Amino acid sequence: MAQNMDQIAATRERRNLLPHTGLPNTGPFHIVARLRRKVAPYFIFIFAVLVLSAVAGVAIGSTHIDWTVILRVVAARLLPEGWIDLSGVSEAEQVIVWLIRVPRVVVAAIAGAALAVAGVQMQGLFRNPLAEPSVVGASSGAALGAVIAFVTALATRSALWLPLFAFIGALLALFLVYSFATRAGRTPTATLLLAGIALSALIGAISSLLISLSFVDWEVAGNIIFWMMGGLDSRTWIHVWISAPFVAAGILAALWFHRDLDLLLAGEETSATLGVEVETAKRIILTTVALLTGSAVAVSGVIGFVGLIVPHMIRLLLGPSHRVLLPASALTGATFLIACDLIARTIHPPTEIRLGIITAVFGAPFFLYLLRRRRKEIGYL
Amino acid sequence: MNRLELQQAGIVMEDAWLVRGVTLGLEAGRLTALIGMNGSGKSTILRLLAGLWRPSEGQARLDGQPLHMLSRREIAKQVTFVAQDERLDFAFTVQDVVAMGRHPHLGRFSREGREDRQAIQDALECADVAHLAGRFANELSGGEKKRVLLARSLATQADIILLDEPTSHLDVEHALEILELCRSLSEAGKTIAMAIHDLNAVSRFADRVAVVHQGRLHAVDDSARILTSETIEKVFGVEAEQARTPGGESVFIFHRHLSSASSIAAAKPPK
Repeated sequence: MAQNMDQIAATRERRNLLPHTGLPNTGPFHIVARLRRKVAPYFIFIFAVLVLSAVAGVAIGSTHIDWTVILRVVAARLLPEGWIDLSGVSEAEQVIVWLIRVPRVVVAAIAGAALAVAGVQMQGLFRNPLAEPSVVGASSGAALGAVIAFVTALATRSALWLPLFAFIGALLALFLVYSFATRAGRTPTATLLLAGIALSALIGAISSLLISLSFVDWEVAGNIIFWMMGGLDSRTWIHVWISAPFVAAGILAALWFHRDLDLLLAGEETSATLGVEVETAKRIILTTVALLTGSAVAVSGVIGFVGLIVPHMIRLLLGPSHRVLLPASALTGATFLIACDLIARTIHPPTEIRLGIITAVFGAPFFLYLLRRRRKEIGYL
Repeated sequence: MNRLELQQAGIVMEDAWLVRGVTLGLEAGRLTALIGMNGSGKSTILRLLAGLWRPSEGQARLDGQPLHMLSRREIAKQVTFVAQDERLDFAFTVQDVVAMGRHPHLGRFSREGREDRQAIQDALECADVAHLAGRFANELSGGEKKRVLLARSLATQADIILLDEPTSHLDVEHALEILELCRSLSEAGKTIAMAIHDLNAVSRFADRVAVVHQGRLHAVDDSARILTSETIEKVFGVEAEQARTPGGESVFIFHRHLSSASSIAAAKPPK
């Protein structure tokens, strides 16, 4: 046995790779390997970074506001009335902090957490590292649902119709892709991606058709285009309230199934042997993914790759167990999207770069990297 | 006494019967080997017994109850199954993999209790993988993976163990290790059924043999009575020469049929 271990170590040394990751034994990867499987420290670290980036997200903007003012305004809203003295803070500053910047950061956190958790669940369910809401058509399905809500003028009647339609759109798209791509309990990467591409194209065409038809009414068309542009500009507390409950419910449902997800990684038959009701679990997990994607898309438009980058990073750091992976991805996804949004609006002022562009700049190269090296390093099929 | 049994069971897939009219009971505390050619239906029978597939006709029953009436959890506590091509692709530790065997006993949010930890430790030691507990499962050798998978199914503490070719792709030593482990498990009271191709191993380790031929159960009996040159020739289409070792164990040596070999050689190429 000891000899065997020596051989493995020797092989690894020859290839100059780090244990358990297959990553090159140089530069930043070395730090990654050292941090591996340190669960509690990671949670403390990511929580601190989340708070810091939230503060930065509120503090940095086109209008300079002193950070003590920001803290006072936020504290005055969160703490009981009368605890914080707001004298000397102008009305405009209060509006900018509490009605513009804070909800924007909160929506970013909600959407980031939702997309990351949806990504974790899809990758686990499909046993496929490239599954992600925007890749397999769930996001475009949600977008189509939202467009329909606009065209039928339901979206202007009540804010709840938008997330509801987005949820239904995501759900239908997911079940379609899933049933096309799965044969005998297996979902091969190629089939999944092709089905996702085909369905996304079809859904995108329908969305475009609806938008072009809606041009007769400029107000509706303007609403749709503004929303389709995506990003997190002009998000208000309404957007927080229509997404937060669904996202919270989705993350709880995901955690409820954490052990099923672990077992599903071993294959459907194996998990059935070990006591998982596979069909029920699959339906619930897919519905949860649709709920999370739908609520994220309803408030932020289509933002890609968050559900891809974040879960993989966490998997490399903390391992594949979903009990850790799900909450860690939620926190990291929230932090990641707040940071991306901050970059989007500060990199080239006064113009805002679209948030989807920023996540794609990080995400697309990462996606290609995974395509090249998925098997050994991540351990998927 | 039969705990797990098939009664006139058959299953259709894509308009073809995979197996049909199979009546087979697994006797408690005995090791039953399923033998037969590739594609004869051994794995199908194991899946019917595991309740993974529901028979299109006839029944699969556990302690008299039809399997499809039971929840997966209830079945998993009593019947465990290791498929032939099962993989360990993820960077779970061996400890984590074996702990997954406790799933049927755990509630959604409950953590493993003392009983669970004991079952995991016992399973690790029983399958001789305790020294690998901290290793990553996707980095193990083929033989180690097979033993880890066996340990996971032992951790369920199920009384009935179904194995589909537990020794395939293993070298002689590791294959023997698995077979000896199965033997000792069955002596400890576990009911075991395994599909296996090595007929000499069958005659050494199995109590009973079920011969599967073209989707039918050809015969079930004590291994000494089934494993004769005659049956082997009939089922596998090869000549089986039986010999005895000085220790008295029966060994088979196989030859292609001279008649069929010569008929291929004699066939003239088309002009």
